[in-house]
Amino acid sequence: MPAPAPVLDVSPGVWRQAWRRLRRDRLGMAALYVVCFFVLLVVASTLGWVAGDWQRERGVSFANPSFLPNLENREAAQSLQLLGAPAQIDPSVVAAFRAVDPLAPSESQVAQRAQTYATTEPEKSMTLPFGGDKWGRSVLAKMIKGAEVSIAVGLFSALVATFLGTVFGALAGYLGKWVNDFFEWFYNVFTSIPYILLILAIVAVVKANPALQSKGLLTIVLVLGLTGWTGVYRLVRAEYLKHAQREYVRAADAIGASIWRRMFIHILPNISHIILVQLSLLVVGFIKAEVILSFLGFGVPVDMVSWGTMLEEAQNELVIGKWWQLVGAGLLTMAVFVTAFSLFTDALRDALDPKIK
Amino acid sequence: MGAYLIRRLWQMIPTMLGVILLVFLLFSQFGGDPAQVLAGKITDQAQIDNIRKELGVDQPAYVQLWIFVKQVFTFDFGRSWVTKEEVSRIFKEHAGASLTVAVPILVIELLLGLSLALWVAYRRGSLTDRGVMIICIVAMSISFLVYIIAGQYLFGFALGWFPVQGWSDGLWRNLTYFAPLPILLAVMVGLGPTIRLYRSVFLDELGHDYVRTARAKGLSERSVMFKHVLRNALIPVITNVAMALPGLVLGVFLLERFFSIPGLGREVIIAVERSDFPVIKAITVYLAFATMVFNLLADLLYRWADPRVELR
Repeated sequence: MPAPAPVLDVSPGVWRQAWRRLRRDRLGMAALYVVCFFVLLVVASTLGWVAGDWQRERGVSFANPSFLPNLENREAAQSLQLLGAPAQIDPSVVAAFRAVDPLAPSESQVAQRAQTYATTEPEKSMTLPFGGDKWGRSVLAKMIKGAEVSIAVGLFSALVATFLGTVFGALAGYLGKWVNDFFEWFYNVFTSIPYILLILAIVAVVKANPALQSKGLLTIVLVLGLTGWTGVYRLVRAEYLKHAQREYVRAADAIGASIWRRMFIHILPNISHIILVQLSLLVVGFIKAEVILSFLGFGVPVDMVSWGTMLEEAQNELVIGKWWQLVGAGLLTMAVFVTAFSLFTDALRDALDPKIK
Repeated sequence: MGAYLIRRLWQMIPTMLGVILLVFLLFSQFGGDPAQVLAGKITDQAQIDNIRKELGVDQPAYVQLWIFVKQVFTFDFGRSWVTKEEVSRIFKEHAGASLTVAVPILVIELLLGLSLALWVAYRRGSLTDRGVMIICIVAMSISFLVYIIAGQYLFGFALGWFPVQGWSDGLWRNLTYFAPLPILLAVMVGLGPTIRLYRSVFLDELGHDYVRTARAKGLSERSVMFKHVLRNALIPVITNVAMALPGLVLGVFLLERFFSIPGLGREVIIAVERSDFPVIKAITVYLAFATMVFNLLADLLYRWADPRVELR
């Protein structure tokens, strides 16, 4: 009886190896958990499970955070006065107004009619979990809803930019000749304009054109995505130039794979790890850009909340001692998410490219 | 050298034309009807037609493009749509304030960033290195807006160390009295990415054989780091600074907005808010040209920094 053939270990694929390396990186894994937590939050908020009622004015103006219920708060006290008993007005003043008011004779009729309608005074709470904003909306709900909007804008504009950069880079790098010349020219034109100015110029154009407005988040996603492809293009083009000469590509050519098949079925998976890292870097950059644009009023529409619009409200609140919106949007959500995402990106790059140290 | 310069300048022409074309297409094709923007609430058709005629937008597209090209090369972008001020005068009046804030930021950030990066690269892998890197990442993750809002409140309002905002006519007073707080905030924000970038550059250089040779022949660490590594790392530094230079004119527009500094960056933001196209078009085109020139200068400086570089 012949000896059984030795069982060879199946060698793990690139992605599995990368995952193993990532698992060993404790900081990277911790960052991944934080990112996952935010992703779950965003999904829950998109589906309306949490923070669906962020626009409801649940508390008094600038309500205190629940953990600081006794903080001196003049604004909240004032808004409570407005809600409470009507102020006393001198009866002689009232009489003087009555004399010239043409509606005065029918006043009792109006009062009678009004009584037939049931009115309820909305219950305004004095404290909210993480304080309230000027209109008494819960800052905690706004933080979650703002995370949804800001992260979605960052992610989708990064996807647009990465897609454009990859396609342009593949065409320029693999087809060469005049296609390469054209895209190199295009790239030079785009990069010679300072990035922030390019964005502001496009924002100015969009703002002045009624047809391009009122598209919701799509506008800012396109503004960021259409301008941000240059970095990805540069890298992908260099990779395609390198891979075009490799043997596996020539072998694919020899067995009759079409040029598109070679470009996107054979080469693309081999450079996808580079593209993934670039995508990840872009997400962070675009979230920061969205926050600044929304702050300036050029970003998300006014009926939405993002970290940028929250910071815009917060800029005048610090002077009157209302720090919770600034801390909530700027530090507890945005800074935590961006830090975690950056650390995760670093870990991802190390895991995918073990040669770089 | 001369032939190289001429070739490079010749190669710039298609890019310049591309920038002009891009800006023209953006504003004339997607910017809506400028007459509508300008006229605002005016509904009188005759008046709108007049404005269109004055701006030349009733002409066919190629005539408008020609007008635009002429504007670019005669440095005459006409007047702002909103304030009727000449665009060239807006440039002249506001560039100074931007530079007063932006130049010190660049210099301080470069010097601090280079020395800190050299220090952490030298102690790479140590606790200091890891600690500094994590601080950098966290500091980079906080929005510039938070730094400005909190910094202006804390140092300007609560502690009263600096003026909350303002600007004067004297350069010296601006530099010593009004500019320090904006500069401090910008350096705090910019240091993180700068250190990260230069650290990786230095680490790259430290792995080369010449460093081992220098150490083997008994040079002090000081001389290895400052004379050999720093010199060889100059090329990425030059690239980085050259890319930053044209943007200096714009200043740091967020700072200019918060601290009421009458700089060009603030003018651009105001122009975007008011759809003041001539101002935005002019600054976009000229800053793009400036970027190209500075790129060329950077390439020439490579030769000075590293004689092995051949200009081809």
